[in-house]
Amino acid sequence: MDVSVVVNGERRSADVEPRQLLVHFLRETLDLTGTHWGCDTSNCGACVVQMDGRPVKSCTVLTAMCEGHEIRTVEALEVDGRLDPIQQGFHERHALQCGFCTPGMLMTARALLDENPDPTDHEIRTAISGAICRCTGYKNIVDAVRWAAEHEAAANQEARA
Amino acid sequence: MQTPAPFEYERAASVDGAIAALERLGPEARIIAGGHSLLPMMKLRLANPEHLIDINDLEELAYIREAESEIRIGAMTRHVDLLKSELLARHFPLFRDAETVIADPVVRNRGTIGGSLCQADAAEDLSAVCSAAKAQVVIRGAGGARVVSMEDFHIGPYMTAVGAGELLTEVRLALAPGAGSAHEKTERRAGDWAIAAASAALWMNGGAIADAGVALSAVGMTTIHLDRAEELLRGQSPSEDLFAQAGAIASEDCAPSADGRGPVDYKRHLAGVLTHRALRRSAARALHQEA
Repeated sequence: MDVSVVVNGERRSADVEPRQLLVHFLRETLDLTGTHWGCDTSNCGACVVQMDGRPVKSCTVLTAMCEGHEIRTVEALEVDGRLDPIQQGFHERHALQCGFCTPGMLMTARALLDENPDPTDHEIRTAISGAICRCTGYKNIVDAVRWAAEHEAAANQEARA
Repeated sequence: MQTPAPFEYERAASVDGAIAALERLGPEARIIAGGHSLLPMMKLRLANPEHLIDINDLEELAYIREAESEIRIGAMTRHVDLLKSELLARHFPLFRDAETVIADPVVRNRGTIGGSLCQADAAEDLSAVCSAAKAQVVIRGAGGARVVSMEDFHIGPYMTAVGAGELLTEVRLALAPGAGSAHEKTERRAGDWAIAAASAALWMNGGAIADAGVALSAVGMTTIHLDRAEELLRGQSPSEDLFAQAGAIASEDCAPSADGRGPVDYKRHLAGVLTHRALRRSAARALHQEA
């Protein structure tokens, strides 16, 4: 079937099987391999992308269900060589080791900060509770999200001044 | 790689359109809403529908509102919106209790109340929540709508009263004075299915329990409606002793099986403890004495 989905601001059309999952559309049809394909059972969170601004697990969404919706993947975070603050935070606070969970963590955390720019550690932990990291023990990830929240707040204040 | 078997896909543009598609495509067609129960079942080939009718465009089924002394919840209302609803939390706080522990926030962005109820998984929380709250559901077909109680809605494991060519469209919760409710769940880790969960609702009149609803998740082949506990509670004054007796009934009347989440005696014990706690919190909320 023909589908047409807006991915990272660009309309992308393809002929896909109705059973195709969004994660495979992104990785195989569009070659956007930043989104990782993990547990395949909506448990691990490696495949999280944003659908109309809300994080969703792309292994449990059909490509066909995305027509008419906007998908945002990890590839959209960096713009013209400038990292998104959440990416910078992961860099500054060493929030990844193997990096497999990182795209899902980034997109989940980005959505949290868009909705709640000053989350508590508990709110951060709740937000990422559907994403599994087997390397960090989560502490550095929570610190990285805090780093991003604080630097975004400071940048916004500077912009207003 | 887990992939569903091939199927045909179409989108419904209206409730009538979805019902017409169900009639046209026959018994091998299934409705898909959030997809977070159905797609995993399809990946495992436990469900193999030949047609999927996507109802995600039916914005008219996404609402939580008060009308005619009822809270009415559209079938396409997602878990995240049930969690955030102040209206629902004010009148039926057991929904918020449950929604904070159903799956995880990302899954809650997709899953819907209609999908959860129609999946009728015995381990699913909202089925017990709606049973305890004495919800009624509206089921629509080509011939019109019918209203069904939760007792009649659950007819077996993964089986509901929704028949061929029918669609669950709404959940209704009657507003009555003196209500308090709570949901208690024990899980192995964040986002997991329950080892056991208990939902309770009490309606107080003066110092006595006018009516009670109690139901259990994950400790039987279906959601367990604890009729004997409800009978015990009606007309009594709330007390720790009474709630302990209701808990004992829960331990007796559940039918858990041993699995990786625990042995039978542990689950029976847990069902009793969680029922006791849910009733205690329900009473405290009904009497505005919650700590």
